[in-house]
Amino acid sequence: MGDSKLDLLQGTLDLMVLQTLSAMGEMHGYGIARRIEQVSGDEVLLNQGTIYAALVRLQHRGWIAAEWGTSENNRKAKFYSITKRGLKQMAEDTVYWQRLSSVMGRVLAMGEKGGER
Amino acid sequence: MKNSIGDSLRQGLQRLGSFFRKRPLDVELDAEMQSHLELAVEENLKRGLSASEARRQALVQFGGVEQAKEKQRAARGMPWLDVVLQDLRYTLRTLRRDRVFTVVAVAILALGIGANIAVFSVVDTLLLRPLPFRDPQKLVWIAPADAIGLSSSTYSADAYDDLLTMNRSFEDVTGYFAFSTSDNLKLTGSGEPTPLTGMGVIGNFFHVLGVEPELGRSFTKDETLKGGRAVVLLSHPYWERQFGGDRGIVGKSITLNGVPTTVVGVLPETFDFGAAFAPGTRVDVYEPTILDDIRNEGNTLALIGRLKPGVTLAQSQVEAKTLFPRFYWSKKYADSIGSYTARPIELKQYVSGKLRRSLITLWCAVGVILLIVCVNLSNLLLARAAARTKEFALRSALGAGRGRLVRQLLTESLVLAGMGAVLGLGLAFAITSYIAHQGSLALPLLNEVKVDGAALLWTLGISVGAAILFGLLPGLKMSSGDLQEALKDTGQGMSAGRSHERLRSALVISEVALACVLLVGAGLLLRSFLRVLDVDLGFQPSHAAAIKMDYNDGGSTDKRNAIFEEAIRRVSALPGVESAGISDNLPLERNRGWGGPRAKGKTYRKGEVPGAFVYVVSPGYVTAMGMRLRGRDFTWQDNMKGESTVILNQRAADFVAPGEDAVGKMVLINDHEVKVIGVVADVHETNVEGTSGEQMYLPTMRDEWGPDGAEVVVRTKLPPAQLAGSVLRTLRELNPNQPAVEFRPIQGIVNRAVSPRRFFVMLVGAFAGLGLFLASLGIYGVISYSVTRRTQEIGIRMALGASAGRVQMGVLSKTLKLAAIGIGVGIFVSMLVANLISSLLFGTAPTDPITFVVMIVLLGGVAALAGYLPARRASRINPMVALRTN
Repeated sequence: MGDSKLDLLQGTLDLMVLQTLSAMGEMHGYGIARRIEQVSGDEVLLNQGTIYAALVRLQHRGWIAAEWGTSENNRKAKFYSITKRGLKQMAEDTVYWQRLSSVMGRVLAMGEKGGER
Repeated sequence: MKNSIGDSLRQGLQRLGSFFRKRPLDVELDAEMQSHLELAVEENLKRGLSASEARRQALVQFGGVEQAKEKQRAARGMPWLDVVLQDLRYTLRTLRRDRVFTVVAVAILALGIGANIAVFSVVDTLLLRPLPFRDPQKLVWIAPADAIGLSSSTYSADAYDDLLTMNRSFEDVTGYFAFSTSDNLKLTGSGEPTPLTGMGVIGNFFHVLGVEPELGRSFTKDETLKGGRAVVLLSHPYWERQFGGDRGIVGKSITLNGVPTTVVGVLPETFDFGAAFAPGTRVDVYEPTILDDIRNEGNTLALIGRLKPGVTLAQSQVEAKTLFPRFYWSKKYADSIGSYTARPIELKQYVSGKLRRSLITLWCAVGVILLIVCVNLSNLLLARAAARTKEFALRSALGAGRGRLVRQLLTESLVLAGMGAVLGLGLAFAITSYIAHQGSLALPLLNEVKVDGAALLWTLGISVGAAILFGLLPGLKMSSGDLQEALKDTGQGMSAGRSHERLRSALVISEVALACVLLVGAGLLLRSFLRVLDVDLGFQPSHAAAIKMDYNDGGSTDKRNAIFEEAIRRVSALPGVESAGISDNLPLERNRGWGGPRAKGKTYRKGEVPGAFVYVVSPGYVTAMGMRLRGRDFTWQDNMKGESTVILNQRAADFVAPGEDAVGKMVLINDHEVKVIGVVADVHETNVEGTSGEQMYLPTMRDEWGPDGAEVVVRTKLPPAQLAGSVLRTLRELNPNQPAVEFRPIQGIVNRAVSPRRFFVMLVGAFAGLGLFLASLGIYGVISYSVTRRTQEIGIRMALGASAGRVQMGVLSKTLKLAAIGIGVGIFVSMLVANLISSLLFGTAPTDPITFVVMIVLLGGVAALAGYLPARRASRINPMVALRTN
């Protein structure tokens, strides 16, 4: 597996985490992983464990914060929340992803009309 | 995701922080994952799954727990540093386990690296670093192009004045009195008189060099003029030694040679006149040279100029070519114009240019040592590699990549080299501080030799370079091995070890070849040195010694004669003294040239009469020095009442009376008519290795040539040191003001003159010895290893009837084969190298057969010895034991 694919995947997961936290508020790792699985309709094959590498990375960059707390059913868990800087970063990245996906959409659509030439 | 620089920096810091908090972070991660799984199990249970299925699904969804942890650790910490630390820890563990190997390897490396640092420090100080003056590249030494020795490099005060006013190349010109002698002053006023060495310098000397006094000031204009008050600057060491570093000394008056003299300043510790201009000598105080005082003394000034900004050395050389011939030896004599030439050279070139070749040779020699060390280390590592093949095969089988294995081995090499470098630095510190305190070594700038920043950088460079050099080959070799073969190989088979052994043999051969080159080079230099020691100096330095005598004749020749005669009579009467005499000058010490003798009645072209070296001597000097005399010595009657007499050396005699006996002939010296009463063999007056010029010995008893000081030379059968006390006592009886000057063996003067050569020979010799030792170690290692590996085979052969002698011969012949190939290559390279160093040789051809034969026999002998030990072990193998083991 080449490095570039991993990068894309990594970046994608990071943005998914930020988006989830911004939409849902404070959450623990398991919750984030489950949420992403549900939203993506099981299209993303995610090993839940890999989310922790993304979480520590985002934390180091100061985009999310973490705190130990108790879950609704009284379990100790580490809760993550998005920071101001994280929100800003998410906004930037969202624009980027939207531009990219619209460009990709157009590029891929070109093939369907390709026969007309 | 785009990262700003701030974010990256923040992340880097966090990663670094995480690196040092591994354990708590791991505990936290464990807890977090644990809670993750529990949450998942709980949800699964809610969905109605059985307990075991709920847990199984949770684990499936999570993926590999360990991989996830590993990924998280990689994301939060510094994975590469972890690997390095892991390698390092592993290395230290293996090195600790293999203690003998580690000690041997580190010791060898320390020797090699230490020697390299020390030599680098010397080379750096003498050759690479600029002189310790301001803008030293602008300073030039002004002397004739063909000057031999300081005497022929000097100019008169009139010439100096003209140079100062007429030149357009120099910002300023200065100089010093080139004929000062050691202990030429005595300090009185507190206790018994003590001797010290004063150096006369032109007033602007320190200004031109850019040396600021540490205390006080330099000379003022008034103090450099006739009639100015007497002043001195103290050298830093003398200030500390004599005045205990008293800062109040500046402005005080001290009595030098009976004259009250004001101390105007103290020079900084970094300034050492001897180190730059007169290696191996010490100067205690500096006095301003008053030009009007030396105007009639002829060529006495050695000149140093500072180039104007923008003027190149070449431009100053062009100007000097036309300028110097316009100077007068003395303005009093109109016909004394035109006797000067000059070709300025960089001062640095003058100070250490002559040593360039020697130093580079030394540098190369020590580089060869490092090469041998590397080859040796490679060899040791290969031997170890053989023993560790299985370990590496196992690691490789467990998934370690080739890169990782090579890196592991390089880490080991770097650690070894690092330890060697640390020890080597210690060694180098010891060597350099020893060298820096060899004040009597006639090499410039030695006092400056130290392990400095440049040397540390050099250490780092050579250590890493060496580690890669000796670690890479075994590393590649080891990691390329066939895994399965290695796992199966028991170390006793024949096939796997073959190429391994070939490689090691090649290494040993190159080691022997390198050692051979070193040995031959050192041998040639040693033989040259022995030749130099064998030079017929024209006098017998052993069993003679000299002491500087203080006397006060009040300017009367008669009084001086009486003092000298009495002194010689009393000293000669001392038990153990065979003969004694006085000269104002000793060979290999001072410079002094006068116009040489010319045959009476013969006319010479201008410039045809060479200058002659002058000794003003008493009767008995020629005998006391052990010179070979034809004709007769002076007697006390060769005074003003008799006719003027002279003794010439052979060269001067040949000039005034070519093809005839000069004894009895009349010659003209400074327009005085003088009779030649004797001829002595040529004395090496300025250096041991060069040829002698003309010399004349004039009697102290005449008004025309008053002696400039007096050295009492004593010849004895006893060791000269035993006479020191009684001779000084005798001189004190005659003159209570006699300072306690050193009683110097004449041999010491000769030793100092040959000390640079001795220094280089000793170093190169030591390196050659080290090379020989390392090469023999290499041979021993390889042969010994091959014997160990073949124990079983040898056992079988002996069981089948091979005699112990035959086995021994087999091993020995294998050794000698390796040595012979190495020596063969070595001889070839040595021939090339010998030609390169031929200019350093004295009386020895670069192809000197004796040196080659002796060194080859030595190397072969040592190789045979190194092979003999394992051979003997082989011959003592008990076939039964050998076959039973394994």
